Amino acid sequence: MNIATRVAVPDGGGMAVRGNVREDLARHLAAGGDSALHHSPEAVLTAIRAAGLRGRGGAGFPVAAKIEAVRAASGPRVLVANGEEGEPASVKDRYLMRTRPHLVIEGMLLARRLVGADRAILYVSDAPSARSVRQALNERGSPCAEVFDAEPGFVSGEETALVRAIDGGPAKPTAKPPRPFEQGVAGRPTLVLNVESLARMALLTRFRRGGLLVTLSGSGRAPVLTEIRHGVRPADLAARHGFDAGRGFLAGGFSGGLLPPSAGDTPLTHEAMRAIGSTLGCGALVAIGRDDCPVAAAADVLAFFDRANAGQCGSCFRGTGAMAGAVEALRAGTAVAEQVDRLAQWARQLRGRGACGTLDAACLTADSLLLHFPDEIRNHLAEPCARCARLPVGADTRFRVHPIEPEEG
Amino acid sequence: MRVNVDGTKCAAYALCAEIAPQVFDLDDFGYAVATPEDVPAALEVVTGEAIEACPVQAIRRLT
Repeated sequence: MNIATRVAVPDGGGMAVRGNVREDLARHLAAGGDSALHHSPEAVLTAIRAAGLRGRGGAGFPVAAKIEAVRAASGPRVLVANGEEGEPASVKDRYLMRTRPHLVIEGMLLARRLVGADRAILYVSDAPSARSVRQALNERGSPCAEVFDAEPGFVSGEETALVRAIDGGPAKPTAKPPRPFEQGVAGRPTLVLNVESLARMALLTRFRRGGLLVTLSGSGRAPVLTEIRHGVRPADLAARHGFDAGRGFLAGGFSGGLLPPSAGDTPLTHEAMRAIGSTLGCGALVAIGRDDCPVAAAADVLAFFDRANAGQCGSCFRGTGAMAGAVEALRAGTAVAEQVDRLAQWARQLRGRGACGTLDAACLTADSLLLHFPDEIRNHLAEPCARCARLPVGADTRFRVHPIEPEEG
Repeated sequence: MRVNVDGTKCAAYALCAEIAPQVFDLDDFGYAVATPEDVPAALEVVTGEAIEACPVQAIRRLT
């Protein structure tokens, strides 16, 4: 959707969201920046553990466990800050790098000390983000981190794809094990943390509480980037910012499937979202408005996965293609009941069969459509949907959110 | 013994599922997946044969 995204600073001021003027080193330090570097690694690790900080890239793995695994390894270690935001409906990582590059660098310096890494690399494809962080490194005057110019793409930021790219290969996932914490960049134990996870680590030492960046979009409104406490309900968030979620949500960017309107009452926590079969993911929520259709939304997302998958695992490139085809037939009003049965079978059968999470996300998209919107499926089998006919179908997903352009300070 | 199929290599030859159907399963498109469980001792020999037979060496022995 070609509407400029706006920054909504939460009441009382945000921790990570501080408006949209790029923060230079002087501003960063004046606001208490780099104070995390005065704490001992043990104290920081204790704070991370106590806060239950989970990775903000999408998978939600406990950050302390990742750190401990790399910390316990022997030999030279590597830190990679993952700034490759492949989720089309999320802009929060690019917001941090473009607007608060020193907070990201502070998190990198902190993480680097925690695991004793001798290399720290920021992995990013967004050119304004890379420029902002390079400029920030120059302001600091010491070459404390490298910036790796990544290829853009949905799978490019997957942690094994990232390792492969930094080592000179294509930015495509590899089979696990090994995971990067065992064997990552140049074969060394590698801590890969999303840039918001790194910023959160630094912020935890100052604010003693967690938070979450969210990108809210959909229903024809200008997308909003804001920061919330865990536990806020999607319905309240949508209402507060004027979004219509009358026909549900896309959750966790494209990784949490479709949710019915009733899921608007589910608190935005890792556990509660898991309990309803979805995920908090990268914190992107797309409101599906009354003029929209969940079938059309699922068709758009599955078509995206069909284009954006790595083209490596047969189960994935064949499976996403088949599921995308079935839901597109539903959208176009040409589907027959047998196609829906096969869709249900693929959505269950193909889970866990890809080297990365793309196929699982596609399966969840199909499965959640079938689970939460059975009446819609029946209606689409009976006759073409008027809403679907009005909604745009393009070469790219219509749910892509434009990153925030920082203002001059 | 634990095995898994490297999905990025599997080319749907399906020999594994023919040789050791209790250990390997095919999806609707012919690509293989291995049981996530430990391979029972009685099936270790056929599993080894399946590993040897795979034309693209997609099956990995994890333990």
